[in-house]
Amino acid sequence: MDRALFPDGVERCSFGKFVLWMGFISAFFLFGLYAMLLIFYKGIVVTGLDNYFGFGLWITFDLAVIALGAGAFFTGFLKYILKIDQLKNIINLTVIVGFICYSGAMLVLTMDIGQPIRAWFGYWHPNVHSMLTEVIFCITCYCLVLVIEFVPLVLEQKQLNKIPFLHHLAHNMHVNMALFAGIGAFLSTFHQGSLGGMYGVLQGRPYAFREGFFIWPWTFFLFVLSAVGCGPIFTVLCCTLMEKMTGRKLVDFKTKALMGKIAGTMLTVYIFFKILDTWAWANNYLPSVGMTFDQMFYGVIYGKWLMFTEIILCGLVPAIMLITPSIRNNPTLLYTAGILDCIGISLNRYLFTVQSIAMPILPFDNWQFYAPNWAEWATSGMIVAYGILVMSLSYRYLPVFPQERGMNK
Amino acid sequence: MAHGATKEFKVTWGMVIDLDKCTGCGACMTACQVENNIAPMVDASNKMRTLSWMLVFELSNKKSGAEAEVAYLPRPCMQCGNPACVPVCPVVATEKNEEGGIVSQIYPRCIGCRYCMAACPYHARYFNWEDPIFPKGMEKALSPSTSARPRGVVEKCNFCHTRFMEAKDKARQEGGNPEGLADGAYMPACAEICPTGAISFGDVKNKEHKVFDLAQGKDAFRLLEKLGLNPQVYYVSKREWVRKLGDNYAATGKPGAAKKHS
Repeated sequence: MDRALFPDGVERCSFGKFVLWMGFISAFFLFGLYAMLLIFYKGIVVTGLDNYFGFGLWITFDLAVIALGAGAFFTGFLKYILKIDQLKNIINLTVIVGFICYSGAMLVLTMDIGQPIRAWFGYWHPNVHSMLTEVIFCITCYCLVLVIEFVPLVLEQKQLNKIPFLHHLAHNMHVNMALFAGIGAFLSTFHQGSLGGMYGVLQGRPYAFREGFFIWPWTFFLFVLSAVGCGPIFTVLCCTLMEKMTGRKLVDFKTKALMGKIAGTMLTVYIFFKILDTWAWANNYLPSVGMTFDQMFYGVIYGKWLMFTEIILCGLVPAIMLITPSIRNNPTLLYTAGILDCIGISLNRYLFTVQSIAMPILPFDNWQFYAPNWAEWATSGMIVAYGILVMSLSYRYLPVFPQERGMNK
Repeated sequence: MAHGATKEFKVTWGMVIDLDKCTGCGACMTACQVENNIAPMVDASNKMRTLSWMLVFELSNKKSGAEAEVAYLPRPCMQCGNPACVPVCPVVATEKNEEGGIVSQIYPRCIGCRYCMAACPYHARYFNWEDPIFPKGMEKALSPSTSARPRGVVEKCNFCHTRFMEAKDKARQEGGNPEGLADGAYMPACAEICPTGAISFGDVKNKEHKVFDLAQGKDAFRLLEKLGLNPQVYYVSKREWVRKLGDNYAATGKPGAAKKHS
């Protein structure tokens, strides 16, 4: 019954099946929405956070989705500024994934702060020395850029595009997209970096603190590199998941392998510096504050295995896999490397967030433990559900994949 | 205030706590709660969520039998010279600008992001998980000069700043110098109430104040000095094991042997 809204020349599942799918996902969304309203009503006392763990699942989730959403700015930069034309086959998807990740992260942040009504104070009383101020500025501005990048795709919907004004508006926005891609790359580089800088400047948290260059701790640069090392391949994974679920070919493998090569190259650069950074931190910084590498870990839940999993199994291994053409060009191995890569970067964000503050700094203090409760899981699940809903609608009604028609004849 | 910058003040209010005199009675914690209108929680069973601007830690020498010893360490906000919390605040809700070097907390501006809490290694900052509710009748005993804080903002010890203001007002009224208060003219509630006199308070840069000599004594130390945060709270103990618990020496095993991080 909604066939008239489909992009030209493509097939989609029946309307009934689509409604069932959307209803199933909406159930998770509504449960999260209930938790969110409860949090706004009662405050974050309903979460599992406490005075030691001011940061928890939400901040880890935010940092992870922002890193995974980095495919949008970096692919945009490569497509529009460096003119790698082949990326046109996947650029729309990167924009949608980026938009979902950033808008979702912003929604989580409004819940996470104790006084959501004062969220705008970041603009009104900015502290120019705070990395978080820079994050607030750039994330909100960049989310706006993603909206601007998403709008022409919406306007290209078959029925909307029949309206001359909207058709011309979409066309003209496309013509000027290089400008927005440039702004996006600038904003994104800085806030990805500042998210790392947020931890690197924590002089009172030896697990996270790093020296650096000028005002930027080394984590600033490491977070930028790690984000561009996983963002592109995360988009590929999203695309492949959609292909498996819909049974249709959406993007050619050559483009996916190119995205893998881009992510792999950046991941290799990142992991090289990450290993150097970890070495210098363990052998130089930690002894200078009287601590040892062993002291940074505890038991199984805060064990060394997490760091080795992050750097070796989910860092070095996927980096080698992605930069080796024979491995990268095998679909199964490409996706395996991609999954490891994304897990590794998410684990990195978790460790910087939770391990940093779980560790006792006062010699007479103890390791502390934190478990997110249902309200944090439900709201995080709501963001995932929101992403699936947006993606499902976009796939069904918008011309996201330029190759789809040709590849499914 | 930028990262790593220590701002110098002519007057530097500081505290010197003699751990050999502290009995761990908790009077300082109680006085602090009363002075600063900290509402009792409806359910205070989760100690990770209670508000304790002044918190007494129990230290142990980890020995058994006749050799076992304990010490009690009251921990207010350290009012660091190079605070970790101030430069990270995205909305300038905490500053170290006023003469005296007290780190302020501006409740109406705090957005409750808790970044300052993540930054403070002393755990001196607390989040208001719930709106303050005072039991019936208790509102009549509240301190009129201290504002209650709403849910969702961070708060911490401010060396009873209202008492500082009152001491300066009194000095003005009496024709004295509000910028050069005499020893004892300004005293936080915890220092005033301590039954054993373990907590001394004053200007650590003023030779006429008792804390000047106490802070420079051979048994004086500060918590986590190697981190370079330059706290304005000093501790004193003649017992070496207590002094050793003031900082981390795991890398060398010897107090003072590791280079200070700048």
